[in-house]
Amino acid sequence: MTNQRRKSLYLLMKGNLLRYIGAVAAMVMGVLIGFVAPLMLAGTIDALVNAAAGNTAAAVTLPGPAGAWFMARGGVPYLLSHLWIVAAALIALHAVGGCFQYLRGRWTAQASERFCQTLRERLYGHLQRLSYEYHVKAQTGDLVQRCTSDVDTIRGFLATQLVEIFRSVAMVAVALTVLLGINVRMTLYSMILVPPLFLFAFTFFNQVRKSFQKADEAEGKLSAVLQENLTGVRVVRAFGRAKFEEEKFQAANDDYFRKSARLLRLLSVYWSGSDAMSMIQTGVAVVCGVVLVVTSPGELTIGQMVVFVSYISMLLWPIRELGRLLSDLGKALVSFGRVSEILEAPAETDGPDAGDYPLDGIIEFKHVGFAYEEGHDILRDINLTVQPGQTVAILGATGSGKSTLMHLLQRLYDATRGEILVGGVDIRRIRKAHLRARIGLVLQEPFLYSRSLKGNIGIAKARCTEEEVTAAAQAACAHEFIQNFEQGYETMVGERGVTLSGGQKQRVAIARTLLKENDILIFDDSLSAVDTETDRAIREALRQERAGGARHATTFIISHRLTTLAEADVIAVLQHGEIVELGSHRQLIAREGLYRRIYQIQSALEDEMKDGQNPEGMNARAV
Amino acid sequence: MQYNEEQDYTKRFDVGVWKKILRIAKPFHRHLIAIVALMSFTAVFDISFPLLNRQAIDRLAAGGTLAGLGGFIALYAGMIVGLSTCILVFINLSGAVEIGLCRLIRNIGFKRLQELPFSFYDKTPVGYLIARLTGDTQRLGDTVGWGLMDFMWSLAYIVIVSVTMLLINWKLALIVLAAVPVIAAVAMVFQMKILSGYREVRKINSKITGAFNEGIMGAQTTKTLVREEANEAEFRELTTAMRRSSVRAALTSATFLPIVVSLGGFATALVLSRGGYEVSVLGTASIGTLTAFMSYATQIFEPITNIARRFAEMQQAQAAAERVVSLLETVPEIADTPEVLAEYGDSFHPKKENWPKIHGDISFRHVSFQYGGGGEEVLRDFNLEVKAGQSIAIVGETGSGKSTIVNLLCRFYEPTEGEILIDGVDYRKRSQLWLQSNLGYVLQTPHLFSGTVRENIRYGRLEATDEEVEAAARLVNAEMFIRTLDKGYDTDVGEGGNLLSTGQKQLISFARAMIANPALFILDEATSSVDTETEQKIQRAINTALTGRTSFIIAHRLSTIRNADRILVLHQGEIIQSGTHRELLASKGVYHNLYTNQFRDEQERSILSEA
Repeated sequence: MTNQRRKSLYLLMKGNLLRYIGAVAAMVMGVLIGFVAPLMLAGTIDALVNAAAGNTAAAVTLPGPAGAWFMARGGVPYLLSHLWIVAAALIALHAVGGCFQYLRGRWTAQASERFCQTLRERLYGHLQRLSYEYHVKAQTGDLVQRCTSDVDTIRGFLATQLVEIFRSVAMVAVALTVLLGINVRMTLYSMILVPPLFLFAFTFFNQVRKSFQKADEAEGKLSAVLQENLTGVRVVRAFGRAKFEEEKFQAANDDYFRKSARLLRLLSVYWSGSDAMSMIQTGVAVVCGVVLVVTSPGELTIGQMVVFVSYISMLLWPIRELGRLLSDLGKALVSFGRVSEILEAPAETDGPDAGDYPLDGIIEFKHVGFAYEEGHDILRDINLTVQPGQTVAILGATGSGKSTLMHLLQRLYDATRGEILVGGVDIRRIRKAHLRARIGLVLQEPFLYSRSLKGNIGIAKARCTEEEVTAAAQAACAHEFIQNFEQGYETMVGERGVTLSGGQKQRVAIARTLLKENDILIFDDSLSAVDTETDRAIREALRQERAGGARHATTFIISHRLTTLAEADVIAVLQHGEIVELGSHRQLIAREGLYRRIYQIQSALEDEMKDGQNPEGMNARAV
Repeated sequence: MQYNEEQDYTKRFDVGVWKKILRIAKPFHRHLIAIVALMSFTAVFDISFPLLNRQAIDRLAAGGTLAGLGGFIALYAGMIVGLSTCILVFINLSGAVEIGLCRLIRNIGFKRLQELPFSFYDKTPVGYLIARLTGDTQRLGDTVGWGLMDFMWSLAYIVIVSVTMLLINWKLALIVLAAVPVIAAVAMVFQMKILSGYREVRKINSKITGAFNEGIMGAQTTKTLVREEANEAEFRELTTAMRRSSVRAALTSATFLPIVVSLGGFATALVLSRGGYEVSVLGTASIGTLTAFMSYATQIFEPITNIARRFAEMQQAQAAAERVVSLLETVPEIADTPEVLAEYGDSFHPKKENWPKIHGDISFRHVSFQYGGGGEEVLRDFNLEVKAGQSIAIVGETGSGKSTIVNLLCRFYEPTEGEILIDGVDYRKRSQLWLQSNLGYVLQTPHLFSGTVRENIRYGRLEATDEEVEAAARLVNAEMFIRTLDKGYDTDVGEGGNLLSTGQKQLISFARAMIANPALFILDEATSSVDTETEQKIQRAINTALTGRTSFIIAHRLSTIRNADRILVLHQGEIIQSGTHRELLASKGVYHNLYTNQFRDEQERSILSEA
């Protein structure tokens, strides 16, 4: 384990350590008390045997001060006529032992759950703060797996296994001490099979892990076949492949069956074998005990023999568990490593001098360049100045770098060359949270949270009113379709809710962005999935707000709709990461270039309409 | 949506469901009987050990003699062998029932799923179905296999130990037995509480998983909205709830065992006090008897809590059983009639020799259709005549009924009114497999199966040779890219074909549809754009596919639309325009609008990407 990991483990443990120590202490107390009861029984049995033999003067062999206490009151006869005292003590012991057991359970649960709560919160928080790039590349399934099953493995270890290991060790230690104190030879006999039993369990579970893994994999494969069949049900039906699919499924099902059966056979051998070993050990203790009691009187009493037999049966189970637990120990470590990998990925940070500068000023891109990796430029020498309140339209093919350019402005990535200034301040000196809060960016493929539409629209602004939500939805042309849902604004969306079309999603995303206050607005091809009329209506709504003096957001629109482009103050045409044309609609149509060619599609279309007679020839003319 | 909040336990015990499960488990009835018998033996052995120890103490140790020690050892060894054998056998038996029954139910369930119609899939999420054949099935196997074993052993143990104790010393026996109902009641209450506690934990846990999922998938959006802290605050509520309910559940467990142990301790103490009196004063009990009774007093709580636990779990198992049974009992709405089955065979045993050859004339006669019984009519009195070999392009907005026509034609659904004729015969008079075997279908979003490229193409005709697979790939211009793949035709496509690009998947799904040389071809054209080169290949693949077949295309690309023999413009379930491209363009209707918009988009895209 690296130092960093050790430190993070320590940080997670902090505040829980005391509880753990308490839990272990309570556990040890419980074990100690659990070992007293057989001693009480042994003392009583011995007293009964002595009395039967007429040996009433014999010592009372109850553990600790109890023996002396009875001796002071008349020894064996007093004990036998006051058996209720022993019984009461026994009940008290069980009750006190129970209390310790409870405390142990309580403290371990509290400690382990707190640990996991902290771990989960740190994971979640860290994931939110990892860079945009990290998330673009991330494998969602794998990350979720780490945050859930791996955390659960760690939890299982902390909640049960950790203390169990201590318990098994404590039990062996206590039992050995007590038994050695009673009779060394007998201890040897009654413990002789304990080490092999432990080794048997330990090596067995180490060996069988492979079989477990194989069965798990076969189960995973079975689920995958099922999943693919169900998601591909259209293909299966269209090709009439029911029989083929059934054979495929049966093969996977049989394979899983065979691997489970093999595992089952192994486990049955283990359980019956270790049970046999345990019973043999108890038998050995009984027989050796009897022989010792009979052949060398005075060395071992019947009561003591009963102690040995009870202790042994108490020990055998934890010993077997210890073998299993120790062989499982590695799993928790592996899980912790996988979780730590997430926590160790660097999070986004602000520079030490970052501040909250105003963002309503002039925007300047100065020789801006960007590359994800050396030598593969996405953007090259971008120079662009935008006055406050202007609308800039950006046009370019897929992969021309237009989205990246917009991401730079919100600092989802930082420019690798040049600088971007807002109001004369380099945006790298502006606190990210402030920058992003004042810039409304509507992504091309927006994500909706699983909550109501109202909740989604109001998500970017704390304490917004219902009127604000409706107004934003209206501006984004979302109001109408939302009202058509049975539950209107309360309709749940996201994973567990209704599925919205691409255009509907985009409109909700626009609404939630419009709801907050923006100095700069960016539509990253956000209107592509809505039809031309809706597109126009949304832009009209924006214009009206501006005319009403509500906001003067500088707006960037990535689009290839001519009508959208034509209305912008500035149009920038991007090609292979460079601005190849820049100017107003009038200026650009006056020049030979991409923009003009797109503008001319309209006339090509009119030509096409005139002679629809020759459809094949049309392509050539238009292009 | 109703499937998300499924109930995972039921209150009342329902004999009917379990009878059905037992009927399904018929191949395992012998196992089950053997388990019942074996568990009684096991209980007898378990109970005999303390008696054996009693003998050792009374006869040998207290008697001060080793005479008979050999016999004792032999008996002890014999019992160890006997009990170990019992354990070995019952684990294998119970396990065999568990995994065997699971396999059986999964096979039956899977077969049923292959027969259920699309209307069933429309209202049932895939995740729900998977859960039936995985989690629920597992739980049933566990209950029937291990639950029965546990239950029988516990029951046998309690009965036999009671009788044994009563025979040895009825007064002491009554003391121990007095504790039984108390422990049983406590155990029952606690087991219910523990289970419902963990149910709560599981519920919150699935919310946490959902939150992680959302936190990760929405991370990009979260950044743009600066939602990090608000998200965290919400997440913290969840983790706090999780901790609270987990600790609460753990505390219930932590209380339960000490209470049961204390109750056991109480019984032991009473036995000690009364037994000691009988040994020392009355002489009605031996020391061995006393120790045996104390063993029983501590051991008897295990079978009792076992039964309580199994009863509590039964509630969950029954909910699982109900869901599994209801899946297995779902009756397919679309099924071939007995006469059709007799003539043409079913999906698993087709009688191909009786299948008529398909020509390809299609007609829809007064077809109306609504999804799921109650909803709005998607198609109303729809009529269409298509001659063999014609290609039909269907255009219209989302929800205009385009997919419905295709779905009906493929018999994924059947008309609620009217009929669809193929070569002049209502298609319900032929088997489903007959139709499907003559159908080539390319979906909008291509779905491939895990496996190689070759296996995926061969899916269209299982008996196709390697040469035929490659010929099909060549036919649709897919061979070039396949050759550039790592292992050519033997390249693994990944789960759902994820290792390939969308365009590549589309080409393979064309090859898959063409390999069987179907008489009917159905294409749901993709809307997503692919690179120009692939786009051209796909266009050529479509042209190849159309020649000489009756084809229906839900079309988006202009060239596809223009090449069709007839274009249908759909609006709210009705054909509002129909004709060739030229005819429709001239009439300046809806088609004219659709066409000009599409024209603009395609031209723009081509200018930009060419630049």
